[in-house]
Amino acid sequence: MASTPRTQAITGAEAVRRSLEGDRSDWRSMGFHGLLVTLLVLTLGVLAWLLSVVFVNGVPVLAERGVDFLTSPLAAQPDEAGVGQAIAGSLWLMVFVAVISFPLGIGAAVYLEEYARDSWFTRFVNTVVRNLAGVPSIVYGLLGLAIFVVALGDIVGPGSASGRSLIAGGLTMAILVLPIVIITSAEALRAVPGSIREAAFGVGATRWEVVRSHVLPYAAPGIFTGTILSMARAFGETAPLVLVGAVIGGFNVQYDNIVETLQGRYTALPTTVYDWARKPPSFEGNVYAAIVVLIVVLLLVNALAIYLRNRFERRW
Amino acid sequence: MTVRTEQGSAADAGTEAPEGPTIRVMATQELDEAEQIAPAAGGQRAGMEFADDDVVFELDDLSCFYGSFRAVRDITLEVPRNKITAIIGPSGCGKSTLLRSFNRMNDLVDSAHISGRILYHGVDLYADGVDPVEVRRRIGMVFQKPNPFPKSIYDNVAFGPRVAGYRGNMDELVERSLRRAAIWDEVKDKLKSPGTALSGGQQQRLCIARAIAVEPDVILMDEPCSALDPIATLKIEELMRELKQNYTIVIVTHNMQQAARASDYTAFLTMGDDRAGYLVEMAATQELFTRPTNRLTEDYITGRFG
Amino acid sequence: MTATPHTPRRLAVSDLQGSAARRRRELGVRLLFLGAASLSIVISLLIILSLAGEAWTFISQVDPALLFERGWFPRRDLYSLQTIVAGTLTVAGIGMLVAAPLGLGAAVYLSEYASPRVRRTVKPILEILAGIPSVVLGYFALRVISPTIVDQVCPGTTEGFNMAAAGIGVGILITPLIASVAEDAMYAVPRSLREASYGLGARKRTTSLRIVVPAAISGIVAALILGLSRGIGETMVVSIAAGATGGSLFSVNPCEPGQTMTAAMTALATGSDQVRGATLAFPSLFFVGLLLFAFTLVLNLVADRFVRRVRIRY
Repeated sequence: MASTPRTQAITGAEAVRRSLEGDRSDWRSMGFHGLLVTLLVLTLGVLAWLLSVVFVNGVPVLAERGVDFLTSPLAAQPDEAGVGQAIAGSLWLMVFVAVISFPLGIGAAVYLEEYARDSWFTRFVNTVVRNLAGVPSIVYGLLGLAIFVVALGDIVGPGSASGRSLIAGGLTMAILVLPIVIITSAEALRAVPGSIREAAFGVGATRWEVVRSHVLPYAAPGIFTGTILSMARAFGETAPLVLVGAVIGGFNVQYDNIVETLQGRYTALPTTVYDWARKPPSFEGNVYAAIVVLIVVLLLVNALAIYLRNRFERRW
Repeated sequence: MTVRTEQGSAADAGTEAPEGPTIRVMATQELDEAEQIAPAAGGQRAGMEFADDDVVFELDDLSCFYGSFRAVRDITLEVPRNKITAIIGPSGCGKSTLLRSFNRMNDLVDSAHISGRILYHGVDLYADGVDPVEVRRRIGMVFQKPNPFPKSIYDNVAFGPRVAGYRGNMDELVERSLRRAAIWDEVKDKLKSPGTALSGGQQQRLCIARAIAVEPDVILMDEPCSALDPIATLKIEELMRELKQNYTIVIVTHNMQQAARASDYTAFLTMGDDRAGYLVEMAATQELFTRPTNRLTEDYITGRFG
Repeated sequence: MTATPHTPRRLAVSDLQGSAARRRRELGVRLLFLGAASLSIVISLLIILSLAGEAWTFISQVDPALLFERGWFPRRDLYSLQTIVAGTLTVAGIGMLVAAPLGLGAAVYLSEYASPRVRRTVKPILEILAGIPSVVLGYFALRVISPTIVDQVCPGTTEGFNMAAAGIGVGILITPLIASVAEDAMYAVPRSLREASYGLGARKRTTSLRIVVPAAISGIVAALILGLSRGIGETMVVSIAAGATGGSLFSVNPCEPGQTMTAAMTALATGSDQVRGATLAFPSLFFVGLLLFAFTLVLNLVADRFVRRVRIRY
């Protein structure tokens, strides 16, 4: 039994013995298993390495400068520069994303899943959306540059901003995020069991009544999670903002009212990291500190999404 | 339940004398291939007719298609009011499709369409101008697998009336519906609890209450007991007998005994060679099960096929 | 809603018309949602149009000879496309060399070997890795990977800027993407296939490699293509770590700095002045963007086909 040639069919008892013994009886299997574990550990290890470098270098700077770091504007000297403007800018951008892309994205998903008949148009739109989600983010930056900054520059950012305004940045980010919102919302809608819709139609409800009273409430947790996660993704995006003119360097203008703020220059947290990353090594501490802030925000948002999903899943 | 075949005499009571060749029932030994029954084509009516006052549905050569596939062929029959009409037949012969054409539920499938007519109190259900939403309010449906909404029992029942614009006392309406569905006593203390927390049989009665709440005229039932245990099934059958006083009931079932127990009239469908379902015979239930006029019917109810 | 009495025998169509107001509202709602859906088409058109216009300006006016000169130096009117394409492919290639084994290894392990508890712990961690912004990886590549890893392999790098570091950074970035798409594909292989294999006496290694992987191959290929596409479109890691902001000579030596399409675009857009009109630098930005869009579009469409094949099988 022990020397059964590998090329021969394995009889029943031997098969059972082999599978019961698992990997231990075979060097190659153990090697393979070991290889896989190594690869996985490497992957996780890189993450751990990255996080440790970031936090080891960043936290002391934060500890030392405290709230000052979080509120100071950009400046030429590293110990004066802070991420205050960056955080404000990023938050504004998130407002744009939420206000524009969430209703549009969820609405488009509702149409595609609930209203559209299976036609070439519907299939075409689905393909387009899927492909838009795969377009590199920098291309969205180009779109924003061409349309909002150049073409609509005078409306969007008159005066010294020459189009490179918060509005341009916000609209660009909203468009970037839109396909993702559509896809995640559509998935959440598809997960609603057909029997619920059937029952609602059966008592004489119109399609909107069915969607509003039954489909959307059921899909809401999934939709929420998707939108929050897409917002997290937008928060970390840099390339498009660089192209549409988020400030690199520094700016010290104070804006008096909302309109001016929206039409004026701005910066964001990831672009600030990018900017400082290219500065001389004296800025290194700042870079790490800013990265810490960025990562902490992202972790919090992701945790929020997961918490909400668990809380609202399977209420009934 | 026994089936007797009478030699040489055509079945009569409850069946309209057909214009075409008379269908004769023979003792099984004498029947040969040539006398096997052809489908109801060429003007031969296998359905039933009732007095004008008593007709709720009138089907006129109704065929149901999914795209180019014909699922149900040339059905002509009438459904009487305040009675329980059962539709029986082997699986896959289009019974559910037929039932769903009564309340335009098939509209929800993109490729579905019909030819022929189905009249409801004289109105062509598929005429221009007819709103399927209103049709479904008047012709309610209970489904095979109980599907209460993931909402409270109260909201389950109240949803239909709300969207239909009911302005009266909702509490009363909910209670009335739950009473009529014989479930009020079991749920009156927990109207706010989820409908999905009930047992299978209770869920189905809740679905019946939900259907009743919009005050329909007809209740369609698509194999309502197939997912339930025998005790729950009997309860539903009892309920049906009460309900028919106020509503017209059409029930699809593949459980012959249920049809024999619970219905007043029975229509037997089977699948033809083209895979389309067609009406073989319709008669008062007693008649159909004791003196079927068609060989296929007899074969089905004695279990020789299906 | 009035109770339908059981006495009238005949109705008219008007009785079954329902509420006109309700129907109007339905139509309005439907149009609203249709508008939202159509917007996605509009956006695609806008992308293509905005790129095409300026790209045409560039390609129609540029001296063809300049396109193949050795070097991408837009401020000096040198637009060697092959330089930046070579740079992109070098970085993406190194990225795939890193990400493919890591990602596929993790995928096979999670799908075939890991216990449910391990899966539950590791998958969220991979998602965290996926959520790390590219600027962070770029800085990490420049300040940490370059000195510790690349320096060992490459002799004397220029201030730490080199394509290898950028490539490794990109690789780390796309590993979670490859891992998750490949793992989904493998996990979707029906248990019955595996059980049949075990029943014949095969071990896990054999089953995984000979049964599961081939069955999921469409999804695995799709994962790799998507990873490549993402790697090609990646901007920030290369902008920070690969150097060559002013332009570069043609190079496929990973130890040297290099310019990718995406980094070139960033450099053009953040130029000290908005170069417009006089030189072709501004239109060149759009031309490169169009090229990038075309590359990734083709890759994504191909990957889509592969994913579709997986779905059809099961």
